[in-house]
Amino acid sequence: MDGRGEQEARLWGSLGDHLWVDSPTMSEVKQEPVRSAGARMAEGPLSERLRNRDEAAFTSLLDRYHGSLIRLALAHVSDHSVAEEVVQETWLAVLEGIDQFEGRSSLKTWIFKILANKAKSRGVRESRHVSISPLDLNDENDEPAVDPSQFRSTGYWADYWNANPQPWDEETPEKSLLSKECAAYLQQAIAQLPANLQQVLIMRDVEGLSSKDVCDTMGISEANQRVLLHRARSRVRRALDQYMTGGIRPE
Amino acid sequence: MTRKEIKVYVLDHLAGRLTCKEFVERVTDYLEGSMSLWTRVRFHLHLGMCLGCRIYLKQLKQTIHSLGRLPQEPVPPAVREELLRRLRAKA
Repeated sequence: MDGRGEQEARLWGSLGDHLWVDSPTMSEVKQEPVRSAGARMAEGPLSERLRNRDEAAFTSLLDRYHGSLIRLALAHVSDHSVAEEVVQETWLAVLEGIDQFEGRSSLKTWIFKILANKAKSRGVRESRHVSISPLDLNDENDEPAVDPSQFRSTGYWADYWNANPQPWDEETPEKSLLSKECAAYLQQAIAQLPANLQQVLIMRDVEGLSSKDVCDTMGISEANQRVLLHRARSRVRRALDQYMTGGIRPE
Repeated sequence: MTRKEIKVYVLDHLAGRLTCKEFVERVTDYLEGSMSLWTRVRFHLHLGMCLGCRIYLKQLKQTIHSLGRLPQEPVPPAVREELLRRLRAKA
């Protein structure tokens, strides 16, 4: 995606929001997750400090990314202890390789790439690794983002909503999107995704990597990445919808 | 015909029909900024007249937002110690 396209999308996105939707604007959605907000600025000196074996620098890197790496590793291997091993190998590789780190990508992307490579080969050994065949991305094998029963089946209004989706009320304390319970539910929903959907979703939406970085890491095209992201987001939205609305829909 | 139905009818014939079923499949292309200008126009026209799809789009944005805020596992102390030992060994 070129810069212009992105800019245009943002323009249209925010235009749409102001006119019609009271929701987080595009810029909010596209923002990096909170925990990595300060990361980019600190990265220049951080890789330098790491090269000088600065313990504080390494500790802050550990705190910032260890959990993320475990999460991504779990998208490749099924066992938590194996994921931990892969992440430890990754950190050792970071220590080994930091002198060769050229800063062509961000330090974060570089670390994630190391992890992805290590986890992939582990996943292959566990035969959990799923390669993406063109067949997977074929429209006929595609699952719809929304259950077809939600749409009218006949008449001029066929394929329009049967009943509108129920808005998720973020205000009610017992069913909050920000609650611990919801986070646990969300993680469960992610864990149930097929491995390749999990990987794309975690890198893009949980860790905030760019689509280009995700394509590089997974060795897939932008178009394929988009298809996987679409399926993953659609499935997780469905799961969240069941959680937020209790699986009950008004007719 | 209700007012909404008249609006839909007019827009459909002005812009080319985009159904809700299509909308929910195009939403990622839209958020990723990989939509042609014309499709984007149709997308926005649909969004303007369809409350259901506005809710859907908002839910998807809420989903993405929540994904970016998932809590992280802490680093186990033993792992931290071991890695710092390795770092010192390299210094």
